[in-house]
Amino acid sequence: MKNLYLHEDCIISPLGCTTSENLEHLRSGTTGLQKFNKSEFLDTPICAGVVNSEVLAEAFSAIGDPKAFTKLEQMMLLAVHQILIKNPDLNRMETGLIVSTTKGNVHLLEDLCVFKKERLLLSNLGEIIKDFFGFGLKPIVVSNACISGGLALAVAKKMINAGKFNKAVVVGGDMLSKFIVTGFNSFQALSETACKPFSKDRNGINLGEAAAAMLVSDTPKKDSVTISLAGDASANDANHISGPSRTGEGLFKSIQNSLKEAGISSEAIKAVATHGTATLYNDEMEAIAITRSDLGATPLHSVKAYYGHTLGASALIESILCKHMMLNNEIYPSLHFNKLGVSKEINVVTAYQNSINLDYVLKTASGFGGCNLAMVFKKEGQNG
Amino acid sequence: MANLSIDHWVRIKDGKIIADGEVIFASEADIASFLKAAFKFLNIKYPKFHKMDRLSKLGFIASETVMKEEAEISEDTALVFSNNSSSLASDQNYQESIKNFPSPSLFVYTLPNIVLGEISIRFGLKSENVFFIEDEFNAKLLIDYSAQLIESAKANKVLCAWLNLHNVEYDVFLWLSSESHKKEITEEQIRKIYDADYD
Repeated sequence: MKNLYLHEDCIISPLGCTTSENLEHLRSGTTGLQKFNKSEFLDTPICAGVVNSEVLAEAFSAIGDPKAFTKLEQMMLLAVHQILIKNPDLNRMETGLIVSTTKGNVHLLEDLCVFKKERLLLSNLGEIIKDFFGFGLKPIVVSNACISGGLALAVAKKMINAGKFNKAVVVGGDMLSKFIVTGFNSFQALSETACKPFSKDRNGINLGEAAAAMLVSDTPKKDSVTISLAGDASANDANHISGPSRTGEGLFKSIQNSLKEAGISSEAIKAVATHGTATLYNDEMEAIAITRSDLGATPLHSVKAYYGHTLGASALIESILCKHMMLNNEIYPSLHFNKLGVSKEINVVTAYQNSINLDYVLKTASGFGGCNLAMVFKKEGQNG
Repeated sequence: MANLSIDHWVRIKDGKIIADGEVIFASEADIASFLKAAFKFLNIKYPKFHKMDRLSKLGFIASETVMKEEAEISEDTALVFSNNSSSLASDQNYQESIKNFPSPSLFVYTLPNIVLGEISIRFGLKSENVFFIEDEFNAKLLIDYSAQLIESAKANKVLCAWLNLHNVEYDVFLWLSSESHKKEITEEQIRKIYDADYD
């Protein structure tokens, strides 16, 4: 089987419009979350990761007319643009385009503004990105709840192995809307303050908006270290459509299958980048699946207290962060963690570390519909 | 790459359920009465069905029709689904509810992959899931993805589907694939089943 190698990437979020700006904030422990007593999304207080529309529009105006594109489209197009300008020789006619989103432009249901109703269709979002940059192949759009961004990488790997293309741009994004915020609020899943993944006093998630893009291919960089997706697996809980399994069954199975595909045992994993949304049930389920996989002592983090839960972008952003942690031998801390609040012993990283060799990192994600995903990233090419 | 066969299939459109080429059920095409009558026709007890949104009900009826032909169902039967409208019909219902009382029971169905959860619960499938959004039925993507799942031993069978609901118009084609050492299913054959008229 051909491997999938991770190359150029870009994160557009409240923490910045380039990956390096984002990484600086993660290292210094700076959050992108803000408190709002009242917002366009909800009359009651929320804490959320909001991208400044004016700042975004100004950045976007360098490549297009901000009035002709929704906020989500602007974020996703900017992310892809940054990858393409750094890879001017990329043959766009033969490069795959994989798009991940959960809700796309769902905000247009309330008011179409200047846009046509086709803009509500997620397939249309793929076409917009394709046409903007002149990609030659039909975009593949993945919408599989909160695992979408990571699943898009697994899709890229499978399509490369099916011989569809050798390179692909994977782009994920979701934006905040009244639709999404009131929905999570109706589940009583939102925390009014910054979320505290795995902590005893955690009381729910924060939502965030962001986009991310990554260039992937079947070949590593020459003469340097490259990170690959060595194993990936998804598994459904077959238990509940809106709550995670109490035994962590689907996530446990995903982790086992991803390790198997990578050809390693859990001892080889040096860090776990969790989903860690800070709901009572997700974090408990994840801790169970992690300890069942003999990873209870392995350093782990959640970055949800920096970004909030960015839905269809989250697992892609977190995969990009895994890549940089591995290249830089660093781990970004879990913000706001105080006292362990799950029933199993796990090793939450609370201080920035920059001298840790990460040969293999495990990334996990779970979502509505009972879906779970695990990915094993591998460092290749160091010292021969 | 692994060769796939088509073991069983079902087509649901215009008030009809066609299984492996035979019209097994026909009623009014109106979606509300169709879903009600089709569930009754399945002759099973499954109270959860009545809580589902229409997209999930369609997916449930389709998978039930195909899976009842299987003597044994493996938990590693993957789900590779696609459509064009995502969960738009349920999105519109939820959007309406925001005006008065945002409904969590409507919100939960505002994702296309919820139906994958419903089918997994029904058949105990702890398997690979993916939901693609395409502008139209694209058999090739589903075949290619399924072949990769089987090739990499992540699944031993795959339920593939085009499951679209646009307003009240439904268009469903679901089939069960497994590895074949004899004859391979081609995109053209799948397309032919999808395009055929069944009277």
